[in-house]
Amino acid sequence: MNFSLNLRQIKRSTIALLVMAIALFSSTTFAQDLLVKAERLYIGTGEMIENGAVLIKDGKIAQVGSASSIRVGDDVEVIEVAVATPGLIDARSTVGLSGAKNQPHDQDQLERSAAIQPELRAIDAYNPRETLVEWLREHGVTTVHTGHGPGEVVSGQTLISKTAGNTVTQSVIKPSFGLSATLGPDATRHDRSTPGNRSKAVALLRAELQKAKEYKAKLDNGEEQARDLGLEAFAAALSGDMPIVIEVHRHHDIMTAMRLAEEFGFKLILSGASEAYLLIDEILAAKVPVIIHPTMMRSYGGNGKQHASFTTAARLVEAGVEVALQSGYEGYVPKVRVVLFEAAMTLGHGLDFNQALHLITMAPAKMLGIDNRVGSLEVGKDADIALFNGDPFEYTTNVVGTIIDGERVSNTVR
Amino acid sequence: MRLHTTLFICLALVGLSTNSYAKSQAFVGATIIPIDGPQIQNGTLLIEDGKITAVGARDKVRIPRGTDIVELSAEQVIMPGIVDSHSHIGEVSGADRSHPIQPETRAYDSINIRSSGFKRALSGGITSANIMPGSGHLISGQTVYVKLRDGNGIDELVYRNEDGSVAGGLKMANGTNSLRASPFPGTRAKSAALVRAQYIKAQEYAAKMANDDADKRPARDLGMETLAQVMSGDRTVHFHSHRHDDMLTAIRLRDEFGFNMVLHHTSEAWRIADEIAAAKVPVSMILLDSPGGKLETMELANKNAVALENAGAVVAFHTDDGVTDSRYFLRMAAMGIRAGMSEEAALLGLTQVGADMLDIGDRTGSLTPGKDADFVILSGKPFSVYTRVQQTWVEGQKRFDIQDPEDKLIAEGGFNALSDDDGGGHVHHFEEHAGHGAVQ
Repeated sequence: MNFSLNLRQIKRSTIALLVMAIALFSSTTFAQDLLVKAERLYIGTGEMIENGAVLIKDGKIAQVGSASSIRVGDDVEVIEVAVATPGLIDARSTVGLSGAKNQPHDQDQLERSAAIQPELRAIDAYNPRETLVEWLREHGVTTVHTGHGPGEVVSGQTLISKTAGNTVTQSVIKPSFGLSATLGPDATRHDRSTPGNRSKAVALLRAELQKAKEYKAKLDNGEEQARDLGLEAFAAALSGDMPIVIEVHRHHDIMTAMRLAEEFGFKLILSGASEAYLLIDEILAAKVPVIIHPTMMRSYGGNGKQHASFTTAARLVEAGVEVALQSGYEGYVPKVRVVLFEAAMTLGHGLDFNQALHLITMAPAKMLGIDNRVGSLEVGKDADIALFNGDPFEYTTNVVGTIIDGERVSNTVR
Repeated sequence: MRLHTTLFICLALVGLSTNSYAKSQAFVGATIIPIDGPQIQNGTLLIEDGKITAVGARDKVRIPRGTDIVELSAEQVIMPGIVDSHSHIGEVSGADRSHPIQPETRAYDSINIRSSGFKRALSGGITSANIMPGSGHLISGQTVYVKLRDGNGIDELVYRNEDGSVAGGLKMANGTNSLRASPFPGTRAKSAALVRAQYIKAQEYAAKMANDDADKRPARDLGMETLAQVMSGDRTVHFHSHRHDDMLTAIRLRDEFGFNMVLHHTSEAWRIADEIAAAKVPVSMILLDSPGGKLETMELANKNAVALENAGAVVAFHTDDGVTDSRYFLRMAAMGIRAGMSEEAALLGLTQVGADMLDIGDRTGSLTPGKDADFVILSGKPFSVYTRVQQTWVEGQKRFDIQDPEDKLIAEGGFNALSDDDGGGHVHHFEEHAGHGAVQ
């Protein structure tokens, strides 16, 4: 039996799965046509339409403009709100794997048996009915990049999913988006003897990437070899199909991550990056996108988080770094953060309304390679919309509803 | 010699009063939220020697000659210094892992006042705090009520009772945090039984100590003495409790032993709002951005605040720093408003109500003439995301100023902004547990 599988096949099977998923999803959720009218309609491209409207047909955005310019028949359901924005996107989370109860049976974000396990797939653990997925959905978050969390050198794969759908097959956008990795003290805080420090963690990772290089070379040459799920995942990273999302906080750990990316040529996304403001030139030069830690991340732990700043987003955005915001991972109460609130905290700390909204809509859509479908309210895109009764970022404003693929998936006032 | 000393002290006092307190200062032009009365547009706050001397409309308050006048804009807001009725700043500790009941331990003996937590609190507008040991015990020790004034030791910061003793309460907890391996309890019923047995012992101790014959009194027992203070009403119990039944258990214990008690956290208070109001137990509440993190906070909801307000209960907020960061404490009350609480109740919950829970309500909590000059200057409305704390004043001294680069670094974070041990000793402990799947 031939266990070899070339990368083109991997890609093809991924696409096939994706197409099947979309087909299944669309066939089950064709909703009634819907018109969303908003006194202030934020398109997500920086533009705001006063008294705007979005017409939704078959789960997609069919028309966007001033409410007076869009005429619909009586059979179209109309929703009127004060403010509407594109559905919010959480650029990095662990929801669906890290459950609300925080009990052993609902914590699937971290497998402690080994430091490097890229073969672990988020899709095999993601629980779309988890309380916290619902919580995010009710706060206007419609797309989430989630999966294995920080805490081991390579903890597994991530996926991108809508926050609605009863099965992962229904909700998934990308079944395998990237590899979740961690460098610095967070990667060595476990009960095993190794890796016990920074150098060892990096040495282990380099050794695996070296193996993956050889594995990939054989794949590319069509040579036979026993199939190895971990090396296969790494090979996808080395060929640029799968970014490695590395959680780092201290400046020298950020440099290490960039050094590894340069050595092995994988696509790096920095996550957390508390001290990124010290390395703006280096990050710009390496063209590395940054998913900044939650603005309100608890700033202790002795791994650089105590140097975190509420102004990091503003400083990176101003310098031209590609930036998005995340809910990240929380080990205690509150068990998940909400990017709406995290973005709100950047206001008054250097960013304006449109910049803050960008960090949780178009910026993550582009960074995750899904901006053809989500991130803005433009014709042809998925009809994912967050509804508010006032300025979305004011603490005292409520999210009054969420629409995903043209379907009102939340009526809860939050 | 004695005369010289006296003279020196007099000179020192004169020096102190001129250095630390401008003779009198007037803050004019801002919107003033005095708490004890309606908001004042274009108001004047007058302070002298660390006390508030007058508050009112600009054209109604007479400003004495020689007063320093600080002009503020109409957008700026002055409100009382914020009271945090439950905080863990200063690397505080209490009981250790040896026993679930350790009332003899004092937060007072553990606090590092140079921890950046104190500065974070000031940058969030907090001027008084109840600093508590953690919640992993049935009784985890004595809390301490602190004024965030300048000083070199905790003794200079503590509130004092009339007899000069250090003011503070007693931290108790029920629910899951204290369920651990022996000698800790394994169930809720055992938790209550252990606590009841201890208080009954303390009743006997107190009775024996009341003996007129000093020789027949027992040897002094620091733990028993503390519980006796609780039962005589001299020390308030701050009771950590999340689930509806656990809160009712706490009220039952209070009623059996006659505590003064404040319920803390109260995740499921919305389920028993009427019972809480009827029991007249004040609530110090935390609101969080999401539920969960442990089983007993699964039903935590921001509607808690409005549910209790509507039931007529007394509600204050707390940071539980490092569960939430003192730097954005105002935001928590705003989240209460988001879920329906009135702005008036939210403001009270940040100030006077919290002060009353700590029995410091006659000193701070409102801008009432005669009270300590503890106040905050905000850039705008207290509950807007766009508003920043600009200055925090404690007893007439400016303790935080966003214009000062060092203070700004604390307020915004950044390289070396915080000390390594700042924040969340308490939380960190539970996170570590969660990481190993050991949380009950």
